[in-house]
Amino acid sequence: MDIYLLEAILNGILLGGVLALLALGLNLIFGVVDVVWIAYAELVMCGMYAIYWLYAFYGWPFLLACAAGILFVAVLGVLVHLLIIEPVLGSAPINQLLATGGLLFFLQSLATLLFGTDFRNLGLRLPLIEIGEISISFARLLAFAAALLGAGTLYLFLRRSFLGTAIRAIAQDRDIMGLMGVSQRRIYFTTSAIGGGLAGLASCLLVLQYDVHPFIGNSFGPITFMICVLGGLGNMIGGFIAAFVMSQIISIGGFYFSIEFSYVLAFLLFIVMMFVRPQGIFGR
Amino acid sequence: MSVSRLVAALAVALLALLPFGASEYALHITIQILIWGFIYTAWSMMGRFGLTSFGHGAFLGVGAYVPALLWNFAGVTPWLGIPASMALAVLLAVVIGYPCFRLRVVGHYFALVTLALSQVVLLTLIAARDVTGGSLGMTLNSVGYSWAALQFPEKSYFYFFALAVWLGGLAAWRWIDAGLDRVALEAISEDEIAAASVGIDVMREKLRVTIVSAALTALGGSLLTQYIQYVNPETVAGVAVSLQIVFAAIAGGMHVLLGPTVGALFTIVLNEALRIVFGIHFIGAANTIYGILLILFIIFMPRGIVGLAEEVFARAFRRRNGALSAPATHA
Repeated sequence: MDIYLLEAILNGILLGGVLALLALGLNLIFGVVDVVWIAYAELVMCGMYAIYWLYAFYGWPFLLACAAGILFVAVLGVLVHLLIIEPVLGSAPINQLLATGGLLFFLQSLATLLFGTDFRNLGLRLPLIEIGEISISFARLLAFAAALLGAGTLYLFLRRSFLGTAIRAIAQDRDIMGLMGVSQRRIYFTTSAIGGGLAGLASCLLVLQYDVHPFIGNSFGPITFMICVLGGLGNMIGGFIAAFVMSQIISIGGFYFSIEFSYVLAFLLFIVMMFVRPQGIFGR
Repeated sequence: MSVSRLVAALAVALLALLPFGASEYALHITIQILIWGFIYTAWSMMGRFGLTSFGHGAFLGVGAYVPALLWNFAGVTPWLGIPASMALAVLLAVVIGYPCFRLRVVGHYFALVTLALSQVVLLTLIAARDVTGGSLGMTLNSVGYSWAALQFPEKSYFYFFALAVWLGGLAAWRWIDAGLDRVALEAISEDEIAAASVGIDVMREKLRVTIVSAALTALGGSLLTQYIQYVNPETVAGVAVSLQIVFAAIAGGMHVLLGPTVGALFTIVLNEALRIVFGIHFIGAANTIYGILLILFIIFMPRGIVGLAEEVFARAFRRRNGALSAPATHA
């Protein structure tokens, strides 16, 4: 087999890890609060800036900067729910989509205003790992491992803890749970914080691989929604698998054609899948 | 009725006289308002019936690029290139719309499918950089003053084109409003299954309004390119411009005839004003304020500026006339 193709496939798997993490957070919020955060990738951008400033400018240790970044985005998640989602919870679903779309505009332009359109690099170079003739970036491998770890932790939390069970119950029937004495509002805030935290974790991993700029969310946002829908909105395992399918298409497509065409391919596949299986590959 | 007709005729006459009194700058802004107002009107034809498309950037992109490419590479006059681009946009709308409506892809899912479509067009335009110039965009071959090429020595020529097309857009809206289609589409947006059960051809109604909307959006895109004589993929295709269309139409009020135009007026004037206030030192300041306003609009004024004005007027009118007055119009 062609060594470069093999490398492309491997890189696809590694990219899939980060996309899966993003899809997981978005899916969690959709499944529980029933709202799609169009600005989810912009929260990741905020986290990347936070880590960049703390590490590169204020000289914090990288891991401490990451922890602060995760906390920061988790707080942002709570604020998004409090200020933007809660006021429109009762109105048409499309309005909720649009309100977070407004947030997307706001965050992108605020970042432009504060930091300019410069591409900022952490200046932290991680080594390449050589296995035979294949070289893999350590940053990607780390991202992949951390993404799997994050996903596993979330799975255990949702399955084993009391709060996690309450979150899953709310996702199944929000009216009944109120009668059972569970505060819907509190669960929503908890979920938004976890969703934000996952975006924060993703920003720790992405800041190692990509330069930060105000429009970085555009490269991950649209593909993340497609992944969630493809896996069945709200279905976390489906989204997890769909992330790897999409990342393979992007990676192998990029190998044979150009990176833009591989994204075109991924979006076309999404459109066709919506017609073949509108409930998502793994939807019920 | 006759009073409102008189007001409308007077307004059109005033608009037609504008090039003889206004400065170049004012004319430039007005042309932009007219063209974007037309595009937002075209989007609202679908949007107001619950067909919230996040993909009008696709049609706009086709309209902007097809005549430009035909002109630059084959010397085809935009008089033929523009209809060709509209036909292509209609084809695209049918290819996406037919399965969407047949398989009842609605709401969130319709928004995301159309969003994917706009990304496909954007990325195709960037990927074909050998012909389109990629992200750098392309400039139309200039031939000086030529009616065949739609290139004019002064802005006022183009102003009349923009005005005529905008009025045409309003006429198309009225035409949809006057027919039974509007009633059918309203019924569909309320409850699709109930509408089908009383004999409404859901498929046909949705497809018709989608075709009209896509064709007019492509025309708007063509005009935009012909006016500026330059086109760039990010400004006419993709998620950003698709969202811009949705927001401006909603800010103005997508349920009323002049709502989308007011949306264009509001967003363009606001943008200009903020640009003047903040100057070039604070890139992004204008859009930051714009973003906040958008969120506030969605939360507090989902019916838009014109929608709110109508409600306020109706309420004041009712208070004055007691219970006798007509109920407020809720489209």
